[in-house]
Amino acid sequence: MNAFASHFSFEFRTGIRDKTLLLMNYLFPLGLYGLLGFLMAELNPDFVETMIPAMIIVAILSGTILSLPNPLVAAREAGIFRSYKINGVPAISILTMPALTTILHMVVVAVIITATAPLFFGAPAPVNWLGFILFFLLAAFAHAGLGMLISVISSSTRAVVLWSQLIFLPSMLIGGLMLPYSMLPDVLGKVGLLLPATHAMNVFQGLAQNQVAAFDPLWSVLILLAGGILSFALANYLFCWDSRNTTRRGHPALALVALLPYVVGVVLL
Amino acid sequence: MKDSVIMVKDFRKVYGDVVAVDGISFEVQHGEIFGLLGPNGAGKTSTLESLEGLRAPDGGSLRVMDIDPARESRKLRNLIGVQLQTSGLPDSMRVDEAMRFFAAYHGVAPAYHLLERLGLSEKMSAQYHMLSTGLQRRLSLAVALAHKPPVVLLDEPTAGLDVPSRNELHDLMHELQAAGTTIILATHDMAEAEKMADRVAILLRGRIAAAGTPRELTATGAGLTKVSARTEGTSLSEPSLNFPGVSQQAFKDEYAIYYSTDPGSTVSAIIAHIQAQGDTLIDLRVERPSLEERFLEITGAGGA
Repeated sequence: MNAFASHFSFEFRTGIRDKTLLLMNYLFPLGLYGLLGFLMAELNPDFVETMIPAMIIVAILSGTILSLPNPLVAAREAGIFRSYKINGVPAISILTMPALTTILHMVVVAVIITATAPLFFGAPAPVNWLGFILFFLLAAFAHAGLGMLISVISSSTRAVVLWSQLIFLPSMLIGGLMLPYSMLPDVLGKVGLLLPATHAMNVFQGLAQNQVAAFDPLWSVLILLAGGILSFALANYLFCWDSRNTTRRGHPALALVALLPYVVGVVLL
Repeated sequence: MKDSVIMVKDFRKVYGDVVAVDGISFEVQHGEIFGLLGPNGAGKTSTLESLEGLRAPDGGSLRVMDIDPARESRKLRNLIGVQLQTSGLPDSMRVDEAMRFFAAYHGVAPAYHLLERLGLSEKMSAQYHMLSTGLQRRLSLAVALAHKPPVVLLDEPTAGLDVPSRNELHDLMHELQAAGTTIILATHDMAEAEKMADRVAILLRGRIAAAGTPRELTATGAGLTKVSARTEGTSLSEPSLNFPGVSQQAFKDEYAIYYSTDPGSTVSAIIAHIQAQGDTLIDLRVERPSLEERFLEITGAGGA
């Protein structure tokens, strides 16, 4: 078994073996899906129209923003990265393997949601299936990049919670997941444009579901792509082997550069 | 003359205002077990971590098989095997998985025989966090040796191990040495260093306070040999007895104990005194100074 396969296999199994990861990768998003499916279908029938993309984005947020960074910070604090370095495990593998395996877990969750939502809740299935798959991967990529960046700049596991919630909660509230983006006040709408969830929802609606997008979805594609690339590049640049996370190539504030595409979106859209 | 596998010259490591290592130099020859001793904070781990490429030196130069660890860390990876002070494997990683994982990154087949040799064959499916400290240390060692590195760096390898496991590890180190492996052993355990190391360096406050073979080090100390004698009667109970070469004396557990710079003369004089007093000698022990005593002498005095 080569190094890539061995590392990928270990990280994927960890996502199931570790109870916290299992909860955040599967139980929380699927539980929320079931709960919201029954509740929101009663309270807000329009929610059903966007249910599949919204719940898939919730799953992505849970897996990449809430779940992905913490084990990485804990591993760094425990000196595991030092063992990795001594044994030739490159930084790029340490960062990308958990991201790739988390995305694979999200694929499983997305398949469950996409297959069951039309049956149980009458949610419309995607119209453009190829686009749906590609935009799912794009949304997962952009969010996983932010998750990586959080793990790299966080000084401790407590700091991870702060940064993760700073993205997760606004995404749930103003990312167009529970309420349509068009219903948000202008100011909140502008703030929402800083979130990858808003753009992911816009892309799914406009290009995969054949629904009315809140703004040009091609801009959202570009913003998610640029945001994801910048996030991964910055995470790799700012990565630190040291368990105290002190010796790095740049200041952690450099991570803010990853928000640049989203800021451009606020200006242009 | 053997080749130098590890060369440390005027090595210096500084953390902020603290000088952890202050210009030390030593060489380790091919196939040698070199002990790095010293109290906490003496600079052992800083030295080892710099040799491993985990830290960059602030002065001087380091070479491991002609490779600069700080600049050519990738080349170094397959040449060294490292057991860190803290084992550092992921909690959810299984024993067999750890072997496969690290062997794959070294580009070699998993060395399952090492897991068996180190008593881990019954624990193949156990996750790292389920193992006892001793088993975690053994797994860490097995992983470090999987790619048959010519240089092995061990930081407190027997910490947390029971006596049989320690002996097994010592046997393994001797086997590695016989196969030509060069080993640096950082330890607090003086008995272990004395038993295992061909040469040792005692670090104190970032400097080498003493270096040489364990025998050389113990011989260059104050050189006090311990002579303990027990008799049937009370011929040795008089504190004012003055035997040749004795600089200190004490009484413990019915033994009269003399610390002598000239043990031969001391023993002869003690026996003559006992016979002259009509007493009978029950037990007589002569113990040369241990490395631990020499270590305490050096570290207690603040330098050699």
